[in-house]
Amino acid sequence: MSVLVLAPGALTTLQDRGRVGSRALGVGVAGALDPYSSAIANLLVGNPVAAATLEITLSGPKLRLSQAARIALCGGDFDLRIDGTAVAGWRRVTVPAGATVAIGGCRRCARAWLAISGGFRAPRRMDSLSTDLRGGFGGIDGRALVAGDVLDIGDAGVAMNIRDADGMDVARWWIDRSPDLAFGQPARIHAIAGADACVPKDGLFAREWRVTADSNRQGLRLEPTTTRASTGEAPLRPADLRERISEPVAPGTIQLPPDGQPIVLLADAQTHGGYPRIAHAIQADWPRLAQLRPGDRLRFEACSREDAWQARRAQAQRLARIALAIAARAAQRPS
Amino acid sequence: MTSGRRPPASAAAASPAPSQSPSARATPRVAPTIEALGEQALLLRFGDTIDPDSNARVQAFAHRIGAQRPNWLVDIVPAYASLAVFVDVAVTPARDPLQVARDWLQARLPDDARVPETSRLLEIPVHYGGSDGPDLDALAAHAGLSPDAVIARHAGREYTVAMLGFAPGFPYLLGLDPALAMPRLATPRREVAAGSVGIAGMQTGIYPRRGPGGWRIIGRTELSLFDPLRAAPSLLAAGDRVRFVAIDSAS
Repeated sequence: MSVLVLAPGALTTLQDRGRVGSRALGVGVAGALDPYSSAIANLLVGNPVAAATLEITLSGPKLRLSQAARIALCGGDFDLRIDGTAVAGWRRVTVPAGATVAIGGCRRCARAWLAISGGFRAPRRMDSLSTDLRGGFGGIDGRALVAGDVLDIGDAGVAMNIRDADGMDVARWWIDRSPDLAFGQPARIHAIAGADACVPKDGLFAREWRVTADSNRQGLRLEPTTTRASTGEAPLRPADLRERISEPVAPGTIQLPPDGQPIVLLADAQTHGGYPRIAHAIQADWPRLAQLRPGDRLRFEACSREDAWQARRAQAQRLARIALAIAARAAQRPS
Repeated sequence: MTSGRRPPASAAAASPAPSQSPSARATPRVAPTIEALGEQALLLRFGDTIDPDSNARVQAFAHRIGAQRPNWLVDIVPAYASLAVFVDVAVTPARDPLQVARDWLQARLPDDARVPETSRLLEIPVHYGGSDGPDLDALAAHAGLSPDAVIARHAGREYTVAMLGFAPGFPYLLGLDPALAMPRLATPRREVAAGSVGIAGMQTGIYPRRGPGGWRIIGRTELSLFDPLRAAPSLLAAGDRVRFVAIDSAS
């Protein structure tokens, strides 16, 4: 089966859990910015959690399915229509052959992940299907979708016995949106202090920040929400202004360039960087970082490494419980 | 967001010129410092300058731990003078997964290992100057040399791949003749051709892919530095030795 891309959306890329183990070659991790939402979308349609999904940014694609399939859209709050009928996210939808799946604008947040039964297929590159936009490989020719692309779908849908004659069917149950996707502003992001100090010492945590327009999958660029003229506050700056040589960085690393505007690295982070590393956003909060769009406000809260591991374990346990609940539902009723 | 990272500082500002051979070791070795990089990685620092000795220690230690990687060790990332070790914190049941990694790494120090004898020597054919090397003349003027002398000095040396970074397969090479050092362009080019050989401060490197760039471009190679379809996607690996060979255009 296949999916025809009628319209691509603002930035739609194929992503799985990313490309780990190739950083020594200068290859970034890539992968879904919010692996949790991507995993739930997969579970809802009967896929393995790590199957590739389409990551949708701000406005979604319009797709036509060649055969009946199940789909699910998880993440931010997007307008989703199947042949013109509005459907909610975070639930399983059975879509008949030839149907048009149109994902429109994003009402809140910034991104969502679309899973399809059987899973999107693409050649594996260095053990991942993820699109590496900076490297120009992986996913669909290393780029975002364009109109006319034909996406290959795996055959797991056949095994699930989706009958075309059933027409569209929206499940009456759903999964609650992840509590990690609190839509309130300013967003609260937990961060572990980094090895490099800044002046003032607690400047990152004391101030409120705004996401700037030049943010992308590589990183969120931040500026203070208050101007110096209004508060008299000096810009945040690295405590040690000496030139430094490049060292490894990672998704989550918060760099502070000399201009005082922190950069939170995301999944497409480069492998090395030369700016001071003043903090690290914890992994459990990456789903929330994925939902910030230019103009959104955020605050950082200091936490310990132990807190970070605890939050991560709690998230993994929640995902495991949801997987069990979905499996139980699927066993009750095939649809 | 190309300014999200900054290519490394020039050695001219940070350290003496790394022109001595790696065997010329004057200073006694100090054990590397180990610090956490977020919740999932440790950073071992062998030095804070761009110098062959620190980098040789990085390569030797990366080689040693890479040969015996435990299941929690998911990635080893060498840099000029440091090395990141990424940990799958879900694999180990320990309360402090990074402490497990730290203990394991400590047990493998001190780093008395030599650079592995397996280190390869690769030749990179380069067409210098012309449209392939738009900055050759400016670099020659900056160095007070003729363009031919620049080519002879650039191609007359053996370099070591200190690390791959900035982009997939982009090698940062140690061993540039200090006479050829020149700061980056004030304004980066919007487009640099794939295979372009550039100089930035005391560094020389090769752009694997077409894209923006601020290094001084003196030539270009037809070799493919990075191809995800190959069994070994990157032509070069950290620790490799490299020689440039000047060739005629269109040959």
